[in-house]
Amino acid sequence: MRMQNGFPIIVGLLLFIGALCTPFLVGTAVTGTYKEPELKLPANEKNCVESKEFMREQHMQLLNDWRDWALRDGKRIYTNHAGKEFTISLQNTCMKCHNNKADFCDKCHNDAAVTPYCWDCHIQPEGLK
Amino acid sequence: MKNNRRNFIKLAGIAAAGLALAPKAMASSGGHSPVKKNPAGIDAKRWAMVIDTTRLNTKEDIAKLADICHAIHNVPHIEGKREVKWLWSAPYGQAFPEQENPHMSDEVHHREYALLCNHCENPPCVRVCPTKATYKRADGIVAMDYHRCIGCRYCMAGCPYGSRSFNWGEPREGLDLAKLNPEFPTRMRGVVEKCNFCVERLAVGKLPACVEASEGAIVFGDLSDPDSDVRKVLRERFTIRRKPTAGTEPGVYYII
Repeated sequence: MRMQNGFPIIVGLLLFIGALCTPFLVGTAVTGTYKEPELKLPANEKNCVESKEFMREQHMQLLNDWRDWALRDGKRIYTNHAGKEFTISLQNTCMKCHNNKADFCDKCHNDAAVTPYCWDCHIQPEGLK
Repeated sequence: MKNNRRNFIKLAGIAAAGLALAPKAMASSGGHSPVKKNPAGIDAKRWAMVIDTTRLNTKEDIAKLADICHAIHNVPHIEGKREVKWLWSAPYGQAFPEQENPHMSDEVHHREYALLCNHCENPPCVRVCPTKATYKRADGIVAMDYHRCIGCRYCMAGCPYGSRSFNWGEPREGLDLAKLNPEFPTRMRGVVEKCNFCVERLAVGKLPACVEASEGAIVFGDLSDPDSDVRKVLRERFTIRRKPTAGTEPGVYYII
């Protein structure tokens, strides 16, 4: 059996599939040149509240838990897995070590295109202008 | 060992018992809560405040306390209808409208009264809040979680005392950004705010800022403890509370 209008159909299909694939092809070109943001880590402190991996993946969950523990339960001291105690406070604990929001928080948040609303109310260590 | 039925049933029984006991044994050994209260903090079953209006009764004196409160909590200064306030003053007729009569002592009638959130026993603001952004803590403090406030202002309609303010605009525009308290957040546009009985100060063992600055004209303590400062003052002096008919059981008392 011979295909009717076979040539334009096959060419059209190939063009269509090619167009579908371009984002992936161009995308790998972009991700190939993407560099992980270079964070400015605190100078005098090597250990965060929890491990680096935990903080990287779960800091948002930890901050949510901290908020509820401090505000609702009135429990404002957190003991980490190593047994060290921390005062639960974004402004007075986290940002005392990470003393520059632009050099730390914003780096990943900008690359990941997320805009958490922390700083609508909380005051960044750089101060407000 | 020969695998007969008796041995199998014995082993199964031991395994079942182990399954039932293991979680509890593990929980009691390592599974502790990662949070606790600050041992330096002060705690109560029911925080309450007594304001001696024979000593604290002028606009200027109350404004001084309000300035301290507002500076600590980054409360914006805005004139007019969009005013945001945690602590303010009003004459007798506005403070105690139900307890006014046409032949009052001039002295009492012309005093200014320090007003703030009453941290009620039955807070209507908590009942009406659709998101539980406002809640009553175990120690009687009516607190707010500004993260959750959606700005519906039901609480403002519910509060019989006008203790709540809405941020109609960006509160940071009403603040001197160079003089912010960096240890306390500000608020954002579209949330309601009010006095928090200095819950963040109590947590580290300090008395509320207005109490500390009042030089003894405001007494603060545990209402449930018969030996506390507030109970002593309440036993000795005549006090009234705002709008008793609302049935909210305020935690702020006024010595007249």
